[in-house]
Amino acid sequence: MTAALSVDRLEVVFDRFRALKGVSIEVQSGESFGLVGESGSGKSTLLRAIAGLAPAASGSITVNGKKLGTRRDKAFYREVQMVFQDPYGSLHPRQTVDRLLQEPLAIHGFADGEKRIQRALNEVGLGTGFRFRYSHQLSGGQRQRVAIARALILEPSILLLDEPTSALDASVQAEVLNLLEEIRRRRKLTFLMVSHDLAIITHMCERLMVMQNGEAVEHLTAGDLVERRVSKDYTRNLLRASEGFVRTA
Amino acid sequence: MSVEVIQSRRDWLLSERPASRMQARLGRAYVAWRRFSANRLAFLGLLIIIALLVVAAFADVLAPYSPTFGDLKGSRLLAPSAEHWFGTDDLGRDILSRVIFGSRWTLYVVILVAVIAAPIGLLVGTVAGYAGGWIDAILMRITDIFLAFPKLILALAFVAALGPGIENAVLAIAITSWPPYARIARAETLTVRNSDYIKAVQLMGASPFRIVLRHIMPLCISSLIVRVTLDMAGIILTAAGLGFLGLGAQPPLPEWGAMIASGRRFVLDQWWVAGAPGFAILIVSLGFNLLGDGLRDALDPRSGDQ
Amino acid sequence: MSTLLEVDDLRVTFPTRTGRIEAVRGVSFSLGRERLGIVGESGSGKSQTGRAIMGLTPPQAEVTASKLAFDGIDLLAASPRDRRALRGKRIAMILQDPKYSLDPVMSIGRQIVETLRTHEKVGKAEARARALAMLEAVQIRDPARVFDLHPHEVSGGMGQRAMIAMMLIAGPEMMIADEPTSALDVTVQLDVLGILDRLVSERGMGLIFISHDLRLVSSFCDRVIVMYAGKVVEQLKASELGRAQHPYTRGLLNCMPKIGADRHPLPVLDRKPEWAA
Repeated sequence: MTAALSVDRLEVVFDRFRALKGVSIEVQSGESFGLVGESGSGKSTLLRAIAGLAPAASGSITVNGKKLGTRRDKAFYREVQMVFQDPYGSLHPRQTVDRLLQEPLAIHGFADGEKRIQRALNEVGLGTGFRFRYSHQLSGGQRQRVAIARALILEPSILLLDEPTSALDASVQAEVLNLLEEIRRRRKLTFLMVSHDLAIITHMCERLMVMQNGEAVEHLTAGDLVERRVSKDYTRNLLRASEGFVRTA
Repeated sequence: MSVEVIQSRRDWLLSERPASRMQARLGRAYVAWRRFSANRLAFLGLLIIIALLVVAAFADVLAPYSPTFGDLKGSRLLAPSAEHWFGTDDLGRDILSRVIFGSRWTLYVVILVAVIAAPIGLLVGTVAGYAGGWIDAILMRITDIFLAFPKLILALAFVAALGPGIENAVLAIAITSWPPYARIARAETLTVRNSDYIKAVQLMGASPFRIVLRHIMPLCISSLIVRVTLDMAGIILTAAGLGFLGLGAQPPLPEWGAMIASGRRFVLDQWWVAGAPGFAILIVSLGFNLLGDGLRDALDPRSGDQ
Repeated sequence: MSTLLEVDDLRVTFPTRTGRIEAVRGVSFSLGRERLGIVGESGSGKSQTGRAIMGLTPPQAEVTASKLAFDGIDLLAASPRDRRALRGKRIAMILQDPKYSLDPVMSIGRQIVETLRTHEKVGKAEARARALAMLEAVQIRDPARVFDLHPHEVSGGMGQRAMIAMMLIAGPEMMIADEPTSALDVTVQLDVLGILDRLVSERGMGLIFISHDLRLVSSFCDRVIVMYAGKVVEQLKASELGRAQHPYTRGLLNCMPKIGADRHPLPVLDRKPEWAA
């Protein structure tokens, strides 16, 4: 089995602040890999560095056997797409759903746009009734579905998910998580998912990495977490916190 | 048209589920129009501008006399009367006719300046804001140089170099009025360039050119339209000022500023000669200002998303 | 148990271009010296309920109730001046993000002192001493240092503690906390809840804890009110959440992923129109 995505000793520095301190991961093709940590742990930075939105100071990123340079070419974007955390901020306020979905097709010169847009909307469970709406005419969950449709329309093999449900209500979150799982199964996608919520990561991913202050704390499988086989205190704290408030004394 | 038809048409426009690109666009325009027309003063501004357009378009029909030929013998400096509503000037020309024809020149100046200055400002501002770094530094320093001079003085310098005439006046005003638009466009660009929706387009593999043109510019346009409309009054006044100084429209063109200039010699005894074009400038400036205020409320994306 | 707050048939209505929108539609409950959780999703009216009790509803909205009484005082009949006096002094409120509720240009210590001095006549030295003690009570390790810091110089968790300190300095009898920990990391969240919990039980305050997180609320509060579309669909003891009757409450509990529960796909909420009726 080949690694779909591998990151080797990646460093990201913002104005002398080391946001990522030599982090390495390897994600197999078809696998779902989770990144867990609190704010400032560097988990989102890692995702953005892979997408080319954060500058890598050193280290390397390899996608499907191809090492990436500092500039991403168009072929990269057809392999790797991203879904952002805030569905209210990731859709252009002056564009209809139709326009949002057309843009990637126009950039990459697809001819069968009409068919692809309809299929993408159906795939995320929106249907064509939503096609000509502006983002302000959509609910949070619907917006996130549009964002997922936009990411899928170029038929990437790797999807980067940056806390895709943390801005949504619990019931909507379940729907979006189910949708993501279904899409992954159907399209045999590779997921790299960031979340602060251990429960979501264990639900969605087979393997995960716990991060703190820009460094890897430990690598685990979902099974390890279920059976509490963790070796670091930090992870143990996170696990305890995920169970809710416990009154002492 | 029956009430039901109007009602169903409104429902179609306000539909939350538009069925075509056209309906979505019209619906959006309709909402903006409703917000705009709810503002009475803005509506008054719009009426003034429409009136200006109508007068300019039908100047030939509306003007009772020729704007350039007067009766030197019998009708010099006549006071307003039933025959000459606004009186006549020192060359015996009917002032009403001159004001009516002058509206064409006013529109000509205003539209040409807007068409030249706004796109330059938009382009410079968005490119500077999106590119950042040294491109931003160079473009904005050039902008600063233009902003460092008072507008009229700079326009005067340009006209003096280019030679007097209304075309050169337009050019001079356009050259001096783009910098504020560039500033606005840049500020707007800076607020949106790090947003996730621009990041998302970057992740589609879009070129910087495409991002600026298709995703950032449309966001800057509404605030720019507002600003340009509000500036219209200033442009008219600058053009009038140049005309007044003899550097704009040349006689016998019935340009309002030039008319005031030639009427100032008898402003104490024959006030109507300078007063009528002055009043016209006042009304039109007011119209553009009211319109601009209304547009700001109707188009400003910050005032709640519809 | 003495009743602090009584709410009967509370309604909050917003006039909009397309008609009147009822954000809260007939909510009734009472609060003693206990921890009451109000849970619901966005648009359920939970925050508007808290704001209406606090008197912070936007002016264009209309608030009605057949009873809205705090310690026997009719809140709807009280003058704006009396309500202002109640706010801060006897009823306090904590909001989600301390970044927006603390004054950015005033040091944390001064804000706490100001709050205290608006409600009580105390000398400067005493006010400072009490503010420091309060900062210590919310488990800020170095209160003297934090006293002089500005809100942007502290972390989210520290800011929220400072906010709690500011709200508690005048010794309120009731506190409304609207998503007080949602902007915080999970581990910090529990620290802040621990502080809140201790203060409430030590001082015998009544607490209304508004949140979208049913599991967090049920582990923290004594009683839980579940709201949906502006109405209370279920009221129950937190310990009996497992025996919730209403399908909405059960759906909400079920649809969250849990560590160890291998459910693919997750059960989703099948919203029934009659819940909102």
